[in-house]
Amino acid sequence: MVTMADPAVVLENVSFSRGDRVIFDGVDMQFPRGEITAVMGPSGTGKTTLLRLIGGQLKPDAGRIWVDGVEVTRIKRRDLYELRKRMGILFQSGGLFTDLTVHENVAFMLREHSRLPEKLINHIVRMKLQAVGLRGAANLMPAQLSGGMARRVALARAIAMDPTVMMYDEPFTGQDPISMGVLLRLIESLNSALGMTSILVSHDVQEAFSIARHVYVIAEGRVVGEGTPESLANHDSQWVRQFVNGEPDGPVPFHYPANDLVADFGLGRMRSREEP
Amino acid sequence: MNMLAALGAAVVGALQHMGKTALFFVLVLRAVPGALRRPSLLVTELYAIGVLSLVIILISGAFVGLVLGLQGYNILSKFSATESLGVIVALSLVRELGPVVTALLFAGRAGSSITAEIALMKTTEQLSAMEMMAVDPIKRVIAPRFIAALIAVPLLTAMFNVVGIASGYLIGGVVLGVDAAAYWEQIVRQVDFSDDIVNGIVKSVAFGVLAGLIAVFEGYNATPTSLGMSRATTRTVVITSLAVLGMDFILTAMMFGN
Amino acid sequence: MNTHRTVEILVGAFVAVGIAALFILSIQMSNFGSTSVKGYEITARFDNVGGLTERSPVKLAGLTIGRVTDIQIDPETFEAVATLRIDGRYNNLPRDTIASIYTAGLLGEQFIELSPGADEAVLGHGDQLMLTQSAVILERIISQFLFDKAAE
Repeated sequence: MVTMADPAVVLENVSFSRGDRVIFDGVDMQFPRGEITAVMGPSGTGKTTLLRLIGGQLKPDAGRIWVDGVEVTRIKRRDLYELRKRMGILFQSGGLFTDLTVHENVAFMLREHSRLPEKLINHIVRMKLQAVGLRGAANLMPAQLSGGMARRVALARAIAMDPTVMMYDEPFTGQDPISMGVLLRLIESLNSALGMTSILVSHDVQEAFSIARHVYVIAEGRVVGEGTPESLANHDSQWVRQFVNGEPDGPVPFHYPANDLVADFGLGRMRSREEP
Repeated sequence: MNMLAALGAAVVGALQHMGKTALFFVLVLRAVPGALRRPSLLVTELYAIGVLSLVIILISGAFVGLVLGLQGYNILSKFSATESLGVIVALSLVRELGPVVTALLFAGRAGSSITAEIALMKTTEQLSAMEMMAVDPIKRVIAPRFIAALIAVPLLTAMFNVVGIASGYLIGGVVLGVDAAAYWEQIVRQVDFSDDIVNGIVKSVAFGVLAGLIAVFEGYNATPTSLGMSRATTRTVVITSLAVLGMDFILTAMMFGN
Repeated sequence: MNTHRTVEILVGAFVAVGIAALFILSIQMSNFGSTSVKGYEITARFDNVGGLTERSPVKLAGLTIGRVTDIQIDPETFEAVATLRIDGRYNNLPRDTIASIYTAGLLGEQFIELSPGADEAVLGHGDQLMLTQSAVILERIISQFLFDKAAE
């Protein structure tokens, strides 16, 4: 495992189950400061759950999590809320407040958490919207935005207070090539401009690999591979190879478990009838 | 044996639901002082919940008053006691029909809309986003709506009663020929302030608490799918109605029993 | 996760029990409570009980001190036998107390009014009142009145 100086986010031996389903089983992860790290894996492995654990919305059954030096798993509610002001998250569906305009959405955190004068808030909002290329859409309502635009507004909202840790939950899902390109560029430029640590949860291998410096592959509740994008294409683990190279069959089987093929098609009976 | 197990599971499920509601109630109460410090949020909700319910409440009040006037006249005329029409209409409304019918109508119109709104916010991850932006959705979204319901229901009840009594007069005094002076004077004389009006207000406040709590809870607790949303709104209307009627019995027995 | 579910179920059970208790209390309150009054029972015979029913009040000097718990017909004398349950506090009613059936107001319900006598001995559980006055039947008064008028 690569050890790095002063990782921004650390997961130590984290386990989490929902009901009977084990989602994480002793997971160790370190996210280097100032870099973009991708967390990848097949659908349903709990990648969104990971973000919720880091953000303190869920508590792990075992293990500890640190964000920016603060132990998320142990702090009190008020401190957690303070910590969240330094974190940003882009949800899969954007999560824009439908009864507020784009401008008011982006201004939300500023209005709630700071005592800045209105004029200053307006400037900041415009700057953030400019950064994502939507300054002209400030007075639109979320319902009037396309999917890609909504996501960009949500991004502007998430960076409104210049977070140190930014999390992206499947940002590339269902995007057309242009929006994809826009998002990739934004994630990269924002990460370097704001000096953030970005955690990118995705299953789009090509896109994630193009901007991530470091990649974790999780499957069946454990880390099955980690390293630079290049090193993962030829990884030892079959899991990783199947995922990264998009092979249809491998450790994740093509066929859903089913009954015996011969019996299901009734072929056994037919054969015995043919026999004279 | 399967039916018994299913019944047992249903009972345990109902108990758990009630427990969740009670625990949620505590959370909401704790958020109330914070929400009261943001009057602009409250006013927005009061408008959506209270003002927009006026139409259905006032029209229903008018109809109920008309029917009471008619039925009351019908019965009283058999005892040649039609001057007491005002008392019958006023007492029926102030003690029972006003609080109960208003609460039921409120559950259908405003309660279901509150539930739908909150459930939608949950489904589109707005509540999650708010949480991650270090804003407590209970303080900002839930509590203002609960307080608004608490304020709106007693006010709407009062308006319902007024319109109902006036409509009773309309049908009784103007159409059926009951003496106008007797109608109003009997009301003043027979309707006791602390016994009847205050008790009616207490009932409407209690119903407001129930309607508000159930509406916000079902929304917050809804499964974040479209099916979950529709189930949640149905539940709000059904559970609020049953709770209001049940509480009405308890309150009536305590207030007007011996 | 599981412990939280248990907590919710327990709280729900607690709330359910509380509501059930309130319900029972409410039913008790609307019951006017007095059928479980500790007291003693006496009987009274009437030619006509008029509109008297079970749960009709039994009053002394205008105050309700008991209830009629039962009205039966004596198959031999064809009288109506009313069973009265009297509050135990009033256990010194003289044996020659008279029970009369009156009407509350003009159209109200009927009740038994007890007028105490002067006897030293008191009524106890199971005793029978010796003197009773049956209910006034409106039609009889009218026919009596007409009869008297005709006689003049």
